[in-house]
Amino acid sequence: MAGVRDIRRRIRSVRNMQQITKAMKMVSAAKLRKAQQKLSAARPYANQLQGVLERLAQAPGDTVHPLLVKRPVQKVVYVLITSDRGLCGGYNANLIRKTATLIAETPQDVKLVTVGRKGRDFFRRGKIEFLAEFVALGDEPSYSQAKEIAQEVVRIYEQGEADEVYLMYTEFVSAINSRPTQIKLLPIEKPEGKQSKQYIFEPSPDEILASLLPKYVETQVYRSILEGKASEQGARMSAMSSATDNAKDMIDRLSLAMNRARQAAITKEISEIVGGAAALD
Amino acid sequence: MAGTFSLRIVSPEGDLLKENVEFVVFPGAMGELGILPNHAPLIAGLDIGVIRYTLNGSVKQAAIAGGFVEVVDNSAIVLADTAELGGQIDVKRAMEAKERALKRLSARTNEIDVRRAELALRRAAARISAYGDKK
Repeated sequence: MAGVRDIRRRIRSVRNMQQITKAMKMVSAAKLRKAQQKLSAARPYANQLQGVLERLAQAPGDTVHPLLVKRPVQKVVYVLITSDRGLCGGYNANLIRKTATLIAETPQDVKLVTVGRKGRDFFRRGKIEFLAEFVALGDEPSYSQAKEIAQEVVRIYEQGEADEVYLMYTEFVSAINSRPTQIKLLPIEKPEGKQSKQYIFEPSPDEILASLLPKYVETQVYRSILEGKASEQGARMSAMSSATDNAKDMIDRLSLAMNRARQAAITKEISEIVGGAAALD
Repeated sequence: MAGTFSLRIVSPEGDLLKENVEFVVFPGAMGELGILPNHAPLIAGLDIGVIRYTLNGSVKQAAIAGGFVEVVDNSAIVLADTAELGGQIDVKRAMEAKERALKRLSARTNEIDVRRAELALRRAAARISAYGDKK
């Protein structure tokens, strides 16, 4: 059996780790709250933009725009949104696994755009070509960062380097639940809706559409980044929470072992003394 | 007053304003757009500029960096790329941004830079002119 001192040393090191995981849990809880706030702050804009797009789609005349046109699909691009940092349970692994399966099932030519360090590092080992990579978005990604990514993706699409673009991100369901998700980013599906009112368009529907569609892509990217951030913090929070619990179990077990070892040492000492005294008599 | 309608400004980073106003002037893509209550349904593109709205008889302003407005059922919803209400504008920063843009414009390097500087200049100018509410 290990000596009392060794066990005490182990308990101390486990306790230190527990303090760290506990702190990380609390930090990610705070960050999760912030991420959720940003997510809900972005919702009204996204909903309204979607609404305007629906209204525009019903405008008289044929609205044509490069971002709406379906092309025969030969090249597919996946935009993979992962985190920069680890220690967040299965958050990155789940999404990467889903993406890898999807890529294996895609008969067309596949290329990648990665957002976040983890996805990039994973696929860099493979033989899939990267069209762009973005890292270090920070804990509170801004709209302008999303805009930059979206503009790059639109550029890739317009230059014909991709005929279809999918967003791979983790949808935030709750603090303890999130879901790897895939949505089609480009070409944009023209939304169906019922004709309601006769709108005045100024300038023409086509011109409004031309400036609205890139923004639509931007908000989609922004939203999925925010969803990813919230999921990441939620995953990290529960991972750190269970790590803290595990550390507690371990400390309990080690304390028990230590007390036993100490008891055994004392018993041994007493019996030695008694034995020694008996020998003198 | 002839009645009011609701004006709402939203940007990707959050809700900015929700008020019942009497009159609004938007910096439309094709010139200024004045909206009164009971306006016909309208969707318009907006330019960089200043939104002026009349709230309880006093004129207030907000700077926006382009976007859209939808007017329907007596409510106007502005989808702004970014927007700042008059009272929230950091005028010192706007002035600095203007100086920077002017400097870059006078240097005149390449096409993209000039375009970006021009846009930055117009945004800064809009922020400066929206600064402080007129009484």
